[in-house]
Amino acid sequence: MSVDLPENEPAAQAGQTIQSNSSIEQARDYVWSRPHLLGLEDLSAEELLHILKTAESFQEVSTRSIKKVPALRGRVIVNLFFEDSTRTRMSFILAAQRLSADVLDFAASKSSVSKGESLRDTVRNIEAMGVDTFVIRHSAAGAPHYITRCTNCHVINAGDGQHEHPTQALIDIFTIRERKGRIKGLNVVIVGDIAHSRVARSNVWGLTKLGAKVTVVGPTTLVPKAFEKMGASVSHNLDAALKEADVVNMLRIQRERMTSQVFPSTEEYVRLFGLTRQRLRGTKPDLLILHPGPINRGVELASDVADGPNSSILRQVSNGLAIRMAVLFLVNQATGDTCADPQ
Amino acid sequence: MAAASSDILLDGAGIHATMDRLAGEILSSLPAGVPVGIIGIRRRGEVLAQRLVHELNRRGAAGLEAGSLDITLYRDDLAELGPQAILRKTEIDFDINGRYIILVDDVLYTGRSVRSAIDALVDLGRPKAIRLAVLVDRPGRELPVQADFVGLKVEQSDVPVTVLLTESDGAEEVRVG
Repeated sequence: MSVDLPENEPAAQAGQTIQSNSSIEQARDYVWSRPHLLGLEDLSAEELLHILKTAESFQEVSTRSIKKVPALRGRVIVNLFFEDSTRTRMSFILAAQRLSADVLDFAASKSSVSKGESLRDTVRNIEAMGVDTFVIRHSAAGAPHYITRCTNCHVINAGDGQHEHPTQALIDIFTIRERKGRIKGLNVVIVGDIAHSRVARSNVWGLTKLGAKVTVVGPTTLVPKAFEKMGASVSHNLDAALKEADVVNMLRIQRERMTSQVFPSTEEYVRLFGLTRQRLRGTKPDLLILHPGPINRGVELASDVADGPNSSILRQVSNGLAIRMAVLFLVNQATGDTCADPQ
Repeated sequence: MAAASSDILLDGAGIHATMDRLAGEILSSLPAGVPVGIIGIRRRGEVLAQRLVHELNRRGAAGLEAGSLDITLYRDDLAELGPQAILRKTEIDFDINGRYIILVDDVLYTGRSVRSAIDALVDLGRPKAIRLAVLVDRPGRELPVQADFVGLKVEQSDVPVTVLLTESDGAEEVRVG
Protein backbone atom coordinates (compact mmCIF):
# COMPACT_ATOMS: atom_id res chain seq x y z
CA MET A 1 0.00 0.00 0.00
CA SER A 2 1.44 3.34 -0.94
CA VAL A 3 1.85 5.66 2.00
CA ASP A 4 0.76 8.86 0.38
CA LEU A 5 -0.33 10.69 3.46
CA PRO A 6 -3.05 13.23 2.76
CA GLU A 7 -2.29 14.84 6.07
CA ASN A 8 -4.77 17.57 6.07
CA GLU A 9 -8.15 18.96 5.54
CA PRO A 10 -7.98 22.75 5.01
CA ALA A 11 -6.03 24.52 7.70
CA ALA A 12 -8.07 25.89 10.54
CA GLN A 13 -7.39 29.24 12.13
CA ALA A 14 -6.93 29.44 15.86
CA GLY A 15 -10.26 29.50 17.63
CA GLN A 16 -12.22 28.06 14.73
CA THR A 17 -13.24 24.53 14.09
CA ILE A 18 -12.15 22.91 10.87
CA GLN A 19 -14.15 23.99 7.83
CA SER A 20 -16.08 21.16 6.31
CA ASN A 21 -14.66 19.89 3.09
CA SER A 22 -17.45 19.34 0.62
CA SER A 23 -15.26 18.14 -2.23
CA ILE A 24 -15.51 14.48 -3.01
CA GLU A 25 -12.88 12.50 -1.21
CA GLN A 26 -10.94 10.04 -3.24
CA ALA A 27 -11.60 6.42 -2.41
CA ARG A 28 -8.84 4.98 -0.29
CA ASP A 29 -8.20 1.29 -0.16
CA TYR A 30 -7.21 1.61 3.48
CA VAL A 31 -8.19 -1.32 5.69
CA TRP A 32 -8.13 -1.03 9.49
CA SER A 33 -7.31 -4.45 10.89
CA ARG A 34 -6.40 -4.00 14.57
CA PRO A 35 -8.84 -5.62 16.99
CA HIS A 36 -7.23 -3.80 19.96
CA LEU A 37 -5.79 -0.38 20.72
CA LEU A 38 -2.98 -0.99 23.20
CA GLY A 39 -0.65 1.91 22.47
CA LEU A 40 0.59 4.29 19.82
CA GLU A 41 4.09 2.79 19.70
CA ASP A 42 2.96 0.04 17.31
CA LEU A 43 0.76 2.18 15.06
CA SER A 44 1.90 3.49 11.68
CA ALA A 45 1.46 7.12 10.63
CA GLU A 46 -1.27 5.96 8.26
CA GLU A 47 -3.16 4.19 11.05
CA LEU A 48 -2.91 7.29 13.26
CA LEU A 49 -4.30 9.47 10.47
CA HIS A 50 -7.10 6.98 9.83
CA ILE A 51 -8.21 7.27 13.47
CA LEU A 52 -8.08 11.10 13.29
CA LYS A 53 -10.08 11.11 10.06
CA THR A 54 -12.69 8.74 11.47
CA ALA A 55 -12.97 10.94 14.58
CA GLU A 56 -13.63 13.98 12.37
CA SER A 57 -16.64 12.17 10.94
CA PHE A 58 -17.88 11.36 14.45
CA GLN A 59 -17.70 14.99 15.59
CA GLU A 60 -20.80 15.70 13.54
CA VAL A 61 -22.84 13.13 15.52
CA SER A 62 -22.48 15.21 18.70
CA THR A 63 -24.05 18.22 16.97
CA ARG A 64 -27.30 16.42 16.07
CA SER A 65 -30.58 16.75 17.89
CA ILE A 66 -30.45 12.97 18.39
CA LYS A 67 -26.83 12.42 19.42
CA LYS A 68 -26.81 8.73 18.71
CA VAL A 69 -26.08 6.40 15.80
CA PRO A 70 -26.90 2.67 15.66
CA ALA A 71 -23.40 1.50 14.67
CA LEU A 72 -22.68 -0.69 17.74
CA ARG A 73 -26.25 -1.64 18.60
CA GLY A 74 -26.27 -4.93 20.49
CA ARG A 75 -22.58 -4.77 21.42
CA VAL A 76 -21.52 -4.70 25.07
CA ILE A 77 -18.60 -2.56 26.19
CA VAL A 78 -17.11 -3.00 29.65
CA ASN A 79 -15.30 -0.18 31.42
CA LEU A 80 -12.76 -1.92 33.63
CA PHE A 81 -11.16 0.79 35.75
CA PHE A 82 -8.70 -0.29 38.43
CA GLU A 83 -7.54 3.31 38.90
CA ASP A 84 -9.59 6.45 39.53
CA SER A 85 -10.75 8.47 36.58
CA THR A 86 -13.39 11.09 35.85
CA ARG A 87 -12.87 12.31 32.30
CA THR A 88 -11.68 9.12 30.63
CA ARG A 89 -14.29 6.87 32.23
CA MET A 90 -17.23 9.17 31.54
CA SER A 91 -15.97 9.93 28.05
CA PHE A 92 -15.78 6.22 27.15
CA ILE A 93 -19.26 5.62 28.61
CA LEU A 94 -20.79 8.48 26.63
CA ALA A 95 -18.91 7.52 23.44
CA ALA A 96 -20.20 3.94 23.71
CA GLN A 97 -23.74 5.16 24.35
CA ARG A 98 -23.63 7.46 21.32
CA LEU A 99 -22.79 4.37 19.25
CA SER A 100 -25.84 2.61 20.79
CA ALA A 101 -23.71 0.02 22.61
CA ASP A 102 -24.61 -1.25 26.07
CA VAL A 103 -22.12 -0.31 28.76
CA LEU A 104 -21.07 -2.08 31.95
CA ASP A 105 -19.15 0.14 34.33
CA PHE A 106 -16.81 -1.69 36.67
CA ALA A 107 -15.13 -0.05 39.65
CA ALA A 108 -12.43 -2.20 41.25
CA SER A 109 -12.99 -0.86 44.75
CA LYS A 110 -16.62 -2.10 44.82
CA SER A 111 -15.92 -5.44 43.18
CA SER A 112 -14.69 -8.93 43.94
CA VAL A 113 -11.16 -7.65 43.36
CA SER A 114 -11.36 -6.42 46.95
CA LYS A 115 -12.14 -10.04 47.88
CA GLY A 116 -8.94 -11.24 46.23
CA GLU A 117 -10.05 -12.18 42.72
CA SER A 118 -7.26 -12.11 40.12
CA LEU A 119 -7.35 -9.91 37.01
CA ARG A 120 -7.55 -12.98 34.79
CA ASP A 121 -10.53 -14.41 36.72
CA THR A 122 -12.31 -11.07 36.83
CA VAL A 123 -11.96 -10.61 33.07
CA ARG A 124 -12.92 -14.17 32.17
CA ASN A 125 -16.01 -14.03 34.38
CA ILE A 126 -17.18 -10.82 32.79
CA GLU A 127 -16.44 -12.24 29.33
CA ALA A 128 -18.62 -15.24 30.16
CA MET A 129 -21.59 -12.87 30.38
CA GLY A 130 -21.19 -12.23 26.64
CA VAL A 131 -19.38 -8.93 26.24
CA ASP A 132 -17.45 -7.62 23.24
CA THR A 133 -14.96 -4.99 24.36
CA PHE A 134 -12.92 -4.20 27.46
CA VAL A 135 -11.77 -0.65 28.10
CA ILE A 136 -9.17 -1.02 30.79
CA ARG A 137 -7.23 1.28 33.09
CA HIS A 138 -4.74 -0.35 35.41
CA SER A 139 -1.74 0.70 37.50
CA ALA A 140 0.36 -2.12 35.99
CA ALA A 141 2.01 -1.45 32.64
CA GLY A 142 1.05 -4.20 30.20
CA ALA A 143 -2.27 -5.12 31.89
CA PRO A 144 -4.24 -4.49 28.65
CA HIS A 145 -1.80 -6.68 26.68
CA TYR A 146 -2.24 -9.40 29.29
CA ILE A 147 -6.03 -9.27 28.89
CA THR A 148 -5.76 -9.79 25.13
CA ARG A 149 -4.13 -13.12 25.93
CA CYS A 150 -6.82 -14.35 28.32
CA THR A 151 -9.97 -13.32 26.42
CA ASN A 152 -11.38 -13.16 22.91
CA CYS A 153 -12.70 -9.64 23.40
CA HIS A 154 -11.48 -6.39 21.90
CA VAL A 155 -9.25 -4.46 24.32
CA ILE A 156 -8.69 -0.71 24.52
CA ASN A 157 -5.99 0.69 26.78
CA ALA A 158 -7.35 3.59 28.84
CA GLY A 159 -4.02 4.03 30.65
CA ASP A 160 -1.65 1.35 31.94
CA GLY A 161 0.79 2.39 34.68
CA GLN A 162 3.49 4.65 33.26
CA HIS A 163 3.36 2.95 29.88
CA GLU A 164 0.75 4.38 27.47
CA HIS A 165 -2.54 6.26 27.34
CA PRO A 166 -3.22 6.12 23.62
CA THR A 167 -6.65 7.78 23.48
CA GLN A 168 -5.42 10.81 25.45
CA ALA A 169 -2.50 11.28 23.06
CA LEU A 170 -4.87 10.91 20.09
CA ILE A 171 -7.06 13.63 21.62
CA ASP A 172 -4.04 15.91 22.05
CA ILE A 173 -2.90 15.28 18.46
CA PHE A 174 -6.43 15.75 17.12
CA THR A 175 -6.77 19.06 19.01
CA ILE A 176 -3.38 20.28 17.73
CA ARG A 177 -4.35 19.41 14.16
CA GLU A 178 -7.70 21.15 14.57
CA ARG A 179 -6.09 24.39 15.80
CA LYS A 180 -2.91 24.36 13.71
CA GLY A 181 -4.13 22.57 10.59
CA ARG A 182 -1.16 20.22 10.59
CA ILE A 183 1.22 18.19 12.74
CA LYS A 184 4.26 17.91 10.50
CA GLY A 185 7.01 20.40 11.35
CA LEU A 186 5.41 21.71 14.56
CA ASN A 187 7.49 22.21 17.69
CA VAL A 188 5.66 20.52 20.54
CA VAL A 189 6.93 20.92 24.11
CA ILE A 190 5.73 18.55 26.83
CA VAL A 191 6.41 19.84 30.32
CA GLY A 192 6.39 18.30 33.77
CA ASP A 193 6.48 14.87 35.28
CA ILE A 194 7.62 13.10 32.13
CA ALA A 195 9.03 10.07 33.93
CA HIS A 196 5.72 8.96 35.43
CA SER A 197 3.61 10.02 32.47
CA ARG A 198 1.92 7.57 30.13
CA VAL A 199 0.42 10.60 28.38
CA ALA A 200 3.93 11.86 27.56
CA ARG A 201 5.02 8.47 26.22
CA SER A 202 1.98 8.07 23.97
CA ASN A 203 2.30 11.67 22.78
CA VAL A 204 5.96 11.25 21.86
CA TRP A 205 5.23 8.08 19.87
CA GLY A 206 2.28 9.60 18.03
CA LEU A 207 3.66 13.08 17.38
CA THR A 208 7.07 11.94 16.14
CA LYS A 209 5.46 9.44 13.74
CA LEU A 210 3.43 12.31 12.27
CA GLY A 211 6.51 14.48 11.83
CA ALA A 212 6.40 16.87 14.80
CA LYS A 213 9.53 17.85 16.69
CA VAL A 214 8.95 16.97 20.35
CA THR A 215 10.88 18.33 23.33
CA VAL A 216 10.26 17.00 26.84
CA VAL A 217 11.04 19.45 29.65
CA GLY A 218 11.21 19.14 33.42
CA PRO A 219 13.54 18.69 36.39
CA THR A 220 16.37 16.18 35.82
CA THR A 221 14.73 13.81 38.30
CA LEU A 222 11.52 13.70 36.24
CA VAL A 223 12.87 13.67 32.66
CA PRO A 224 14.71 10.48 31.78
CA LYS A 225 17.32 10.57 29.02
CA ALA A 226 15.61 7.46 27.62
CA PHE A 227 13.13 9.75 25.88
CA GLU A 228 15.87 10.64 23.40
CA LYS A 229 15.77 7.04 22.17
CA MET A 230 12.04 7.52 21.45
CA GLY A 231 12.83 10.45 19.16
CA ALA A 232 12.27 13.39 21.52
CA SER A 233 14.73 16.08 22.64
CA VAL A 234 15.33 16.46 26.36
CA SER A 235 15.64 19.87 28.04
CA HIS A 236 15.63 21.22 31.57
CA ASN A 237 15.13 24.87 30.61
CA LEU A 238 11.49 25.73 29.98
CA ASP A 239 12.02 29.30 28.75
CA ALA A 240 14.53 28.17 26.13
CA ALA A 241 12.25 25.37 24.95
CA LEU A 242 9.18 27.62 24.75
CA LYS A 243 10.84 30.20 22.45
CA GLU A 244 10.24 28.19 19.28
CA ALA A 245 7.25 26.21 20.54
CA ASP A 246 3.97 26.01 18.59
CA VAL A 247 2.29 23.83 21.20
CA VAL A 248 2.92 23.25 24.89
CA ASN A 249 1.35 20.31 26.70
CA MET A 250 1.47 20.80 30.49
CA LEU A 251 1.40 17.65 32.61
CA ARG A 252 0.36 17.18 36.21
CA ILE A 253 2.83 16.22 38.93
CA GLN A 254 1.74 12.67 39.76
CA ARG A 255 2.37 12.52 43.47
CA GLU A 256 0.54 9.18 43.70
CA ARG A 257 3.27 7.53 41.60
CA MET A 258 6.26 9.07 43.39
CA THR A 259 8.13 7.14 46.01
CA SER A 260 10.73 9.77 46.89
CA GLN A 261 11.18 13.53 46.96
CA VAL A 262 11.93 14.49 43.33
CA PHE A 263 12.15 18.28 43.70
CA PRO A 264 12.88 20.47 46.71
CA SER A 265 9.58 22.35 46.95
CA THR A 266 6.42 23.07 45.00
CA GLU A 267 7.41 26.78 44.97
CA GLU A 268 10.67 25.99 43.24
CA TYR A 269 8.90 23.74 40.73
CA VAL A 270 6.39 26.48 39.92
CA ARG A 271 9.20 29.03 39.45
CA LEU A 272 11.14 26.78 37.06
CA PHE A 273 8.41 24.81 35.26
CA GLY A 274 5.02 26.41 35.93
CA LEU A 275 3.33 28.11 32.97
CA THR A 276 2.43 31.66 33.97
CA ARG A 277 1.43 34.79 32.12
CA GLN A 278 4.94 36.28 32.52
CA ARG A 279 6.48 33.20 30.99
CA LEU A 280 4.17 33.47 27.95
CA ARG A 281 5.67 36.88 27.04
CA GLY A 282 8.65 35.29 25.34
CA THR A 283 6.59 32.84 23.28
CA LYS A 284 4.83 32.82 19.91
CA PRO A 285 1.51 34.71 20.16
CA ASP A 286 -0.43 31.71 18.83
CA LEU A 287 1.16 29.19 21.19
CA LEU A 288 -1.42 26.45 21.81
CA ILE A 289 -1.69 25.33 25.44
CA LEU A 290 -2.92 21.84 26.27
CA HIS A 291 -3.38 19.92 29.50
CA PRO A 292 -4.75 16.37 29.72
CA GLY A 293 -6.31 17.09 33.15
CA PRO A 294 -6.81 17.05 36.01
CA ILE A 295 -5.13 20.45 36.47
CA ASN A 296 -3.36 21.43 39.65
CA ARG A 297 -4.10 25.15 39.29
CA GLY A 298 -1.24 27.32 40.46
CA VAL A 299 1.29 24.49 40.15
CA GLU A 300 2.01 23.45 36.54
CA LEU A 301 -0.48 25.95 35.13
CA ALA A 302 -1.55 29.39 36.40
CA SER A 303 -5.31 29.79 36.54
CA ASP A 304 -5.47 32.75 34.12
CA VAL A 305 -3.36 30.84 31.58
CA ALA A 306 -5.51 27.70 31.88
CA ASP A 307 -8.62 29.76 31.12
CA GLY A 308 -6.96 32.11 28.60
CA PRO A 309 -7.39 32.38 24.82
CA ASN A 310 -4.39 30.18 23.98
CA SER A 311 -5.79 27.27 25.95
CA SER A 312 -7.74 24.45 24.28
CA ILE A 313 -8.11 22.42 27.44
CA LEU A 314 -11.90 22.09 27.38
CA ARG A 315 -11.83 21.50 23.63
CA GLN A 316 -9.60 18.48 24.37
CA VAL A 317 -12.39 17.08 26.55
CA SER A 318 -15.00 17.59 23.80
CA ASN A 319 -12.72 16.04 21.19
CA GLY A 320 -12.24 13.10 23.54
CA LEU A 321 -15.74 11.89 22.70
CA ALA A 322 -15.10 11.83 18.95
CA ILE A 323 -11.74 10.07 19.38
CA ARG A 324 -13.22 7.41 21.67
CA MET A 325 -16.20 6.86 19.36
CA ALA A 326 -13.74 6.39 16.49
CA VAL A 327 -11.57 3.93 18.42
CA LEU A 328 -14.55 1.90 19.71
CA PHE A 329 -16.00 1.81 16.18
CA LEU A 330 -12.74 0.79 14.49
CA VAL A 331 -11.66 -1.99 16.86
CA ASN A 332 -15.17 -3.41 16.83
CA GLN A 333 -15.17 -3.56 13.01
CA ALA A 334 -11.75 -5.19 12.87
CA THR A 335 -11.78 -8.79 11.81
CA GLY A 336 -8.24 -9.51 13.00
CA ASP A 337 -7.67 -12.32 15.48
CA THR A 338 -8.65 -11.04 18.92
CA CYS A 339 -7.00 -13.82 20.92
CA ALA A 340 -3.49 -13.30 19.68
CA ASP A 341 -1.25 -10.66 21.11
CA PRO A 342 -0.65 -8.36 18.13
CA GLN A 343 3.06 -8.03 18.80
CA MET B 1 -32.58 -5.49 -24.18
CA ALA B 2 -30.45 -8.56 -24.76
CA ALA B 3 -27.82 -9.28 -22.14
CA ALA B 4 -24.41 -8.96 -23.68
CA SER B 5 -21.27 -9.38 -21.56
CA SER B 6 -21.03 -5.68 -20.81
CA ASP B 7 -23.35 -3.12 -22.39
CA ILE B 8 -22.93 0.60 -22.05
CA LEU B 9 -26.41 1.92 -21.28
CA LEU B 10 -25.49 5.60 -20.98
CA ASP B 11 -22.38 7.48 -22.02
CA GLY B 12 -21.39 10.93 -20.76
CA ALA B 13 -23.89 12.73 -22.98
CA GLY B 14 -26.59 10.23 -22.03
CA ILE B 15 -26.01 10.78 -18.31
CA HIS B 16 -26.09 14.53 -18.85
CA ALA B 17 -29.39 14.38 -20.75
CA THR B 18 -30.89 12.04 -18.15
CA MET B 19 -29.92 14.34 -15.27
CA ASP B 20 -31.41 17.28 -17.17
CA ARG B 21 -34.69 15.42 -17.53
CA LEU B 22 -34.66 14.48 -13.82
CA ALA B 23 -34.02 18.12 -12.88
CA GLY B 24 -37.05 19.15 -14.92
CA GLU B 25 -39.28 16.52 -13.31
CA ILE B 26 -38.08 17.45 -9.83
CA LEU B 27 -38.52 21.18 -10.46
CA SER B 28 -42.13 20.81 -11.59
CA SER B 29 -42.91 18.65 -8.53
CA LEU B 30 -41.58 21.04 -5.88
CA PRO B 31 -44.36 22.33 -3.61
CA ALA B 32 -44.68 26.11 -3.49
CA GLY B 33 -43.42 27.90 -0.41
CA VAL B 34 -41.68 24.92 1.17
CA PRO B 35 -37.89 25.00 1.62
CA VAL B 36 -36.07 22.26 -0.30
CA GLY B 37 -33.01 20.20 0.53
CA ILE B 38 -31.19 18.02 -2.00
CA ILE B 39 -29.23 15.36 -0.14
CA GLY B 40 -26.92 12.88 -1.84
CA ILE B 41 -25.92 9.53 -0.39
CA ARG B 42 -22.14 9.25 -0.34
CA ARG B 43 -20.30 8.88 -2.58
CA ARG B 44 -21.88 8.89 -6.06
CA GLY B 45 -25.25 10.14 -4.86
CA GLU B 46 -23.40 13.18 -3.56
CA VAL B 47 -21.95 13.87 -7.01
CA LEU B 48 -25.38 13.54 -8.63
CA ALA B 49 -26.98 15.75 -5.97
CA GLN B 50 -24.42 18.48 -6.64
CA ARG B 51 -25.18 18.30 -10.38
CA LEU B 52 -28.93 18.45 -9.69
CA VAL B 53 -28.54 21.48 -7.44
CA HIS B 54 -26.45 23.20 -10.11
CA GLU B 55 -29.05 22.49 -12.78
CA LEU B 56 -32.00 23.46 -10.57
CA ASN B 57 -30.33 26.73 -9.63
CA ARG B 58 -29.65 27.41 -13.32
CA ARG B 59 -33.36 26.95 -13.99
CA GLY B 60 -34.21 29.48 -11.32
CA ALA B 61 -35.15 27.29 -8.34
CA ALA B 62 -34.76 29.40 -5.19
CA GLY B 63 -33.84 28.53 -1.62
CA LEU B 64 -32.23 25.17 -2.34
CA GLU B 65 -29.89 23.71 0.23
CA ALA B 66 -27.49 20.89 -0.62
CA GLY B 67 -26.02 18.27 1.66
CA SER B 68 -24.46 14.84 1.72
CA LEU B 69 -25.19 11.88 3.91
CA ASP B 70 -22.90 9.07 5.01
CA ILE B 71 -24.96 5.99 5.88
CA THR B 72 -22.14 3.74 7.12
CA LEU B 73 -23.24 3.91 10.77
CA TYR B 74 -26.84 3.02 9.83
CA ARG B 75 -26.18 0.01 7.63
CA ASP B 76 -27.87 -3.22 8.68
CA ASP B 77 -24.88 -5.24 7.45
CA LEU B 78 -22.27 -3.26 9.39
CA ALA B 79 -21.27 -6.25 11.49
CA GLU B 80 -20.54 -8.25 8.33
CA LEU B 81 -18.81 -5.43 6.47
CA GLY B 82 -15.69 -5.71 8.57
CA PRO B 83 -12.84 -3.31 8.01
CA GLN B 84 -14.18 -2.19 4.62
CA ALA B 85 -16.54 0.14 6.42
CA ILE B 86 -14.92 3.52 5.89
CA LEU B 87 -16.70 6.33 7.60
CA ARG B 88 -17.07 9.64 5.79
CA LYS B 89 -18.59 12.86 6.98
CA THR B 90 -22.26 13.67 6.89
CA GLU B 91 -22.48 17.31 5.85
CA ILE B 92 -25.93 18.75 6.21
CA ASP B 93 -25.47 22.31 7.41
CA PHE B 94 -29.15 23.23 7.40
CA ASP B 95 -32.21 22.44 9.49
CA ILE B 96 -34.16 19.62 7.84
CA ASN B 97 -37.25 20.15 10.02
CA GLY B 98 -40.22 21.00 7.79
CA ARG B 99 -38.06 20.84 4.65
CA TYR B 100 -38.95 18.97 1.44
CA ILE B 101 -36.05 16.57 0.98
CA ILE B 102 -34.96 14.98 -2.29
CA LEU B 103 -32.70 12.06 -1.48
CA VAL B 104 -30.34 11.22 -4.36
CA ASP B 105 -28.46 8.00 -5.10
CA ASP B 106 -26.84 6.44 -8.16
CA VAL B 107 -28.45 2.97 -8.19
CA LEU B 108 -31.59 1.70 -6.45
CA TYR B 109 -31.24 -2.06 -5.99
CA THR B 110 -32.11 -3.83 -2.71
CA GLY B 111 -33.48 -0.68 -1.09
CA ARG B 112 -31.33 -1.17 1.99
CA SER B 113 -29.18 1.93 1.44
CA VAL B 114 -32.29 4.03 1.14
CA ARG B 115 -33.70 2.51 4.34
CA SER B 116 -30.41 3.43 6.10
CA ALA B 117 -30.52 6.93 4.65
CA ILE B 118 -34.10 7.50 5.83
CA ASP B 119 -33.13 6.34 9.32
CA ALA B 120 -30.15 8.70 9.30
CA LEU B 121 -32.32 11.61 8.11
CA VAL B 122 -35.01 11.20 10.74
CA ASP B 123 -32.29 11.31 13.42
CA LEU B 124 -31.51 14.81 12.15
CA GLY B 125 -35.08 16.09 12.35
CA ARG B 126 -38.54 15.77 10.87
CA PRO B 127 -38.65 16.65 7.19
CA LYS B 128 -41.93 17.70 5.58
CA ALA B 129 -41.47 14.88 3.07
CA ILE B 130 -38.69 12.73 1.66
CA ARG B 131 -38.63 11.90 -2.06
CA LEU B 132 -36.16 9.60 -3.79
CA ALA B 133 -34.34 10.32 -7.05
CA VAL B 134 -32.01 7.72 -8.64
CA LEU B 135 -30.03 7.60 -11.83
CA VAL B 136 -30.61 3.86 -12.31
CA ASP B 137 -33.44 1.65 -11.01
CA ARG B 138 -32.46 -2.01 -11.06
CA PRO B 139 -34.67 -5.01 -10.04
CA GLY B 140 -33.87 -6.86 -6.79
CA ARG B 141 -35.72 -5.03 -4.04
CA GLU B 142 -35.53 -6.59 -0.57
CA LEU B 143 -37.47 -3.80 1.12
CA PRO B 144 -40.66 -1.96 0.09
CA VAL B 145 -38.85 1.09 -1.32
CA GLN B 146 -39.61 2.81 -4.64
CA ALA B 147 -38.08 5.82 -6.32
CA ASP B 148 -40.10 8.93 -7.17
CA PHE B 149 -37.75 10.09 -9.94
CA VAL B 150 -35.96 7.52 -12.10
CA GLY B 151 -33.34 8.31 -14.73
CA LEU B 152 -33.08 4.90 -16.33
CA LYS B 153 -34.94 1.68 -15.57
CA VAL B 154 -32.96 -1.54 -16.14
CA GLU B 155 -35.19 -4.59 -16.71
CA GLN B 156 -32.59 -7.38 -16.45
CA SER B 157 -32.37 -8.93 -13.00
CA ASP B 158 -29.21 -10.51 -11.58
CA VAL B 159 -26.95 -8.40 -13.79
CA PRO B 160 -24.70 -5.91 -12.01
CA VAL B 161 -24.97 -2.24 -12.93
CA THR B 162 -21.90 -0.01 -12.76
CA VAL B 163 -22.11 3.77 -12.58
CA LEU B 164 -18.96 5.81 -13.14
CA LEU B 165 -18.91 9.56 -12.63
CA THR B 166 -16.10 11.96 -13.44
CA GLU B 167 -15.87 13.53 -9.98
CA SER B 168 -15.62 10.20 -8.13
CA ASP B 169 -14.28 7.77 -10.74
CA GLY B 170 -12.60 9.81 -13.46
CA ALA B 171 -14.93 8.40 -16.13
CA GLU B 172 -18.53 8.86 -17.13
CA GLU B 173 -20.83 5.96 -18.03
CA VAL B 174 -23.53 3.56 -16.90
CA ARG B 175 -22.77 -0.06 -17.73
CA VAL B 176 -24.65 -3.31 -17.25
CA GLY B 177 -23.10 -6.77 -17.09
